Amino acid sequence: MAALDRRAAVARLFSNRADDLLVVTGLGSPSYDVMAAGDDDRNYYLWAAMGAAAMVGLGLAKAQPQKSVLVVTGDGELMMGLGALATIATQKPGNLTICVLDNGHFGETGMQASHAGMGVALDKVAASMGFGWTADIADMAGIDDLRARLSARDGVRLARVRIKAENPPRVLPPRDGVHIKNRFRAALGFAPI
Amino acid sequence: MPHDDPPAPDAGWQADVFEVLKRHDVRHVVYVPDAGHATAIRLANADESVHAVVLTTEEEGIGYLAGAWLGGERGALLLQSSGVGNCVNTLALTACARFPLLMVVTMRGDWAEFNPWQNPMGQATEATLKMMGVMTWRADRPEDVAPLINGAATMAFNGDSACAVLLGQRLIGEKQWVK
Repeated sequence: MAALDRRAAVARLFSNRADDLLVVTGLGSPSYDVMAAGDDDRNYYLWAAMGAAAMVGLGLAKAQPQKSVLVVTGDGELMMGLGALATIATQKPGNLTICVLDNGHFGETGMQASHAGMGVALDKVAASMGFGWTADIADMAGIDDLRARLSARDGVRLARVRIKAENPPRVLPPRDGVHIKNRFRAALGFAPI
Repeated sequence: MPHDDPPAPDAGWQADVFEVLKRHDVRHVVYVPDAGHATAIRLANADESVHAVVLTTEEEGIGYLAGAWLGGERGALLLQSSGVGNCVNTLALTACARFPLLMVVTMRGDWAEFNPWQNPMGQATEATLKMMGVMTWRADRPEDVAPLINGAATMAFNGDSACAVLLGQRLIGEKQWVK
C-alpha cells in the first residue's frame, strides 16, 4: 500500500482549520509536523510523557464538548499507552478524533521497526475496542475525508495514516510547557492562576 | 492490585473524600479502583455533574487531568499506592507545564500488610512522589482526611501544583484475607 509524505498529509489536514478545533500532539515528529503546518494557540504540544497524548485529548474533549479535539500522534507513542484506547472507547467522546501517523518505525530514535511496522494494525485495534469510526488512510482523498469529519462531533474516531519512514527537517514547537499551557487556556478564555 | 474487600460502609471519611472534591469544583474523577476509594467512586459515578472515568492504568489519569485543565476544568485522580509507580515518567508533564494535579492515594504495604509483594512499592510511594515533585500529606486518622484533602486541593488548584494525600493502611483497615 502506498504511503504519504507526513508533512504534506498534516498540512492538508490542517488546511482551512476551523476556529473550534483544538489540537494535542504526541512527542517527537508529530509535534514537528503540526508545528510545520502553522503554530497556533489552540495547539498543545507534548515534549514528554510518551503514551499520554490520547488521554490529554480525552480530558480536553470531555471538558470542552462544544469544541472538536484532534490528537495527532505517532504509532509508537500511541502504542505506549494502548490502554488509553480502551478508556476512550468506554467514554465515547463524540468530539474526539485521533490521527495516528503510522510509519511503522520509531522515527526519533533511529528508525527501529515498531509494533505497527510488524503488523499491529492500530485502526483495527481501535475498531475492536468500540471506536465508532476508524480508517486506514494512504492517500490525500482519505486525508480530505478525515478533515471533513473533524467538526462533526458525532462519535469517537481513529484514523491510521500511512506515512513514509523518513525524518523531514525538524520544526520545533515551543518547549516551555507553562507557556503553551497558558496560551492554550487563554485562547479558550481562561486566565492564568 | 486492587483490594477485594471494601472497608466498613460506615467509614465516614470515605464520603468525606468526595464531598471535599465537590467543594473544590472537581468535575472529573478518574480512577483505578481500590476498595478504599469504593465510596468516592460510587458517589462520583452517581453524580451527573461529575465525569467519572475508569482508567486501565494510573498514568492515564495524569494526561486526562492535564487535558481537562487545558479545557478549564478541575479533576482528581484516585489510585492505590502500587499505581504511583506507574505514574513516574508521566509526572514530567505535570512538572514541566505546572499542571494542577490532585491525587488521593490509598496505601498498601504500609501497615499490617498480608501480601508482602505490596511492600516494595508501598514503602517507596511517598519518596517516589516527592522525587517527582509532588507534595505529600498523610492521613492515618479519619478526622484528618477532609482537612488534608481540602488543603491539598487548595494548593493544587490555586498554585498549579502537584499534590497527593496518602490514606494510610491503618485508616483503611486491615484486609481480611482468610474469612
